[in-house]
Amino acid sequence: MSKAASFEGLPMSRIRPGRILAWTLLFIGGVIMVTPLLFMLSTSLKDASQVYDLRVIPETPTLDNYIEILGDGRFTRWFVNSMIIAVIVTLSNVFFDSLVGYTLAKFRFRGRYIVFVAILSTLMIPTEMLVLPWYLMASQFGWLDSYWGIMFPGMMTAFGTFLMKQFFEGVPDDFLEAARIDGLNEFTIWWKIAMPLVTPALSALAIFTFLGNWTAFFWPLIVTTSAELYTLPVGLSSFAVEQSIQWEKIMTGASIATLPTLIIFLFLQRYIVRGVMLAGLKG
Amino acid sequence: MATIELDRLVKRYGQTTVVHGIDLSIQDGEFVVLVGPSGCGKSTTLRMIAGLEEISGGEIRIDGRVVNNLQPKDRNIAMVFQNYAIYPHMSVAENIAFGLYRSKLTKDEKRRRVEQAAETLGLSQLLERRPSALSGGQRQRVAIGRAMVRDPAAFLFDEPLSNLDAQLRTQMRIEIKRLHHRLGTTSVFVTHDQVEAMTMADRIVVMRDGHILQVGTPLDLYEKPVDVFTARFIGSPTMNLMPASLREGGAELSLGGTIEVPRSSPKTSDILVGVRPQDLVPTAGARGLSVTGTVAVVETLGSETFVHIENSGQTIIGSAPGRQIPRIGDKLTLHAPAERLYYFDKVTEKALTAP
Repeated sequence: MSKAASFEGLPMSRIRPGRILAWTLLFIGGVIMVTPLLFMLSTSLKDASQVYDLRVIPETPTLDNYIEILGDGRFTRWFVNSMIIAVIVTLSNVFFDSLVGYTLAKFRFRGRYIVFVAILSTLMIPTEMLVLPWYLMASQFGWLDSYWGIMFPGMMTAFGTFLMKQFFEGVPDDFLEAARIDGLNEFTIWWKIAMPLVTPALSALAIFTFLGNWTAFFWPLIVTTSAELYTLPVGLSSFAVEQSIQWEKIMTGASIATLPTLIIFLFLQRYIVRGVMLAGLKG
Repeated sequence: MATIELDRLVKRYGQTTVVHGIDLSIQDGEFVVLVGPSGCGKSTTLRMIAGLEEISGGEIRIDGRVVNNLQPKDRNIAMVFQNYAIYPHMSVAENIAFGLYRSKLTKDEKRRRVEQAAETLGLSQLLERRPSALSGGQRQRVAIGRAMVRDPAAFLFDEPLSNLDAQLRTQMRIEIKRLHHRLGTTSVFVTHDQVEAMTMADRIVVMRDGHILQVGTPLDLYEKPVDVFTARFIGSPTMNLMPASLREGGAELSLGGTIEVPRSSPKTSDILVGVRPQDLVPTAGARGLSVTGTVAVVETLGSETFVHIENSGQTIIGSAPGRQIPRIGDKLTLHAPAERLYYFDKVTEKALTAP
């Protein structure tokens, strides 16, 4: 072995300083990301007396927290609530955002640009500003403390519409015109021809919408008052208020809440990465 | 099968007119090729026939029925696109069957038609494949299959061979022509490639700037072009044009020399004398055109050789038999018989039918 060769046989001269820096930064980033998750999992396996013992591997690991949480009817209810809301809002976004995005991308009509700019401009309004009008609207329509009240602001989003419009613009008109000649109506062309051609974008939209709604806290906290309508994040936060911060319970609930996200990520990792690349946004 | 008639057909985009009131009558079972450079209005005309573009004026009749306001699906036509437009998420069989989407045929009958079309096009072994697993030629055949399966009144082809490589283009050209002979369906084919137009068409329609310049059989257009544009557009290499002035009893070429002209046009004295490279050869004839120049480029094709000679700054292309290859820099005199010469008005660029 020559002096310049590393123990793996890779010549040292090929390992550039920039690469070393990049790997170091990625490693630090990875540690920062993973540590809270590790502590969440670790704390969920501890009893109350060990919570402030910062060892990652518990001295006496226990599944009692899981048994208690899963046996608690409220937790199951919150989990189901979150699932229902996330699934319905995701389906709604996939349907309506792509329908509007397709219309804006593929049809020429008077005012098209104004409609698009109007939709886009709503992206500039922060959620905090919208919460009050949403609340007043929900109150006047009698939607407070209901599933619909939690869901209605997110049933269609400007971001999703924008994303889908950009993708539909990339669908060659020939596909749609061929279908028109073959006798399909406009709705069927959208559904049967255009939608399958933008599957990566639809997957990205669905994943982001689901994750966003699964973890949503602020609006569900404001619009719900009954414990049986809480979503999982709101429900978990109630452990902190009502039972004087039971960290082991909160961390157990959070660990279970992470499961759907984890499953989605494991199965759809390819689409998530592609979606992030395509949409140029955070995951 | 059907006739297609365009009557003073106009297309405007805002203030810009792209098709200027064209008239065309396509016979039942005819294979008509619309040819012209980019932006001449050929694709727009085809799309108006298909119903994909609204018409701004005039009338389109398919089989005698005015279709101006009919949806594409109600015109009983099928179209093959430049980019094939076969759906990547469907198999070959599903793509072909898609042509029968609105059909009320039974499932068995649909399957039979798909199999029949696949067999005709040599796609039987590929029915379960996705388009991504097909070559360009196979994809184009699937697109033709989807059009065929409907048994439409007319086929519209919008530059369907443009995306294929030269060899495949030649092969598909023959296949489409053979298919037309077998089915006898009225076909309108758009291309910017004059070789495609010449080899495929029963009649060629030459278009430029939204106008029809000439309609005729390939040989008509080759032999009797009505203007300089058509003369240069049809035929490869393009026709040589040499300025000349009409004098008593003949025309004096700017390159030097005089040629006999059958009869003088009373309207103009400045003309262009045209000669196709294939008619301009080193063998001297009894009378006609003779041009001498220095050999600048030699293009050897095997069967013949194209020779570019330069004289007074103008390049003239002639041809020589395959094995008689002149050397660059040689002086060469090329001759063309008088009956193979074309005469055009230099100002209007129109053919002088009997100059």
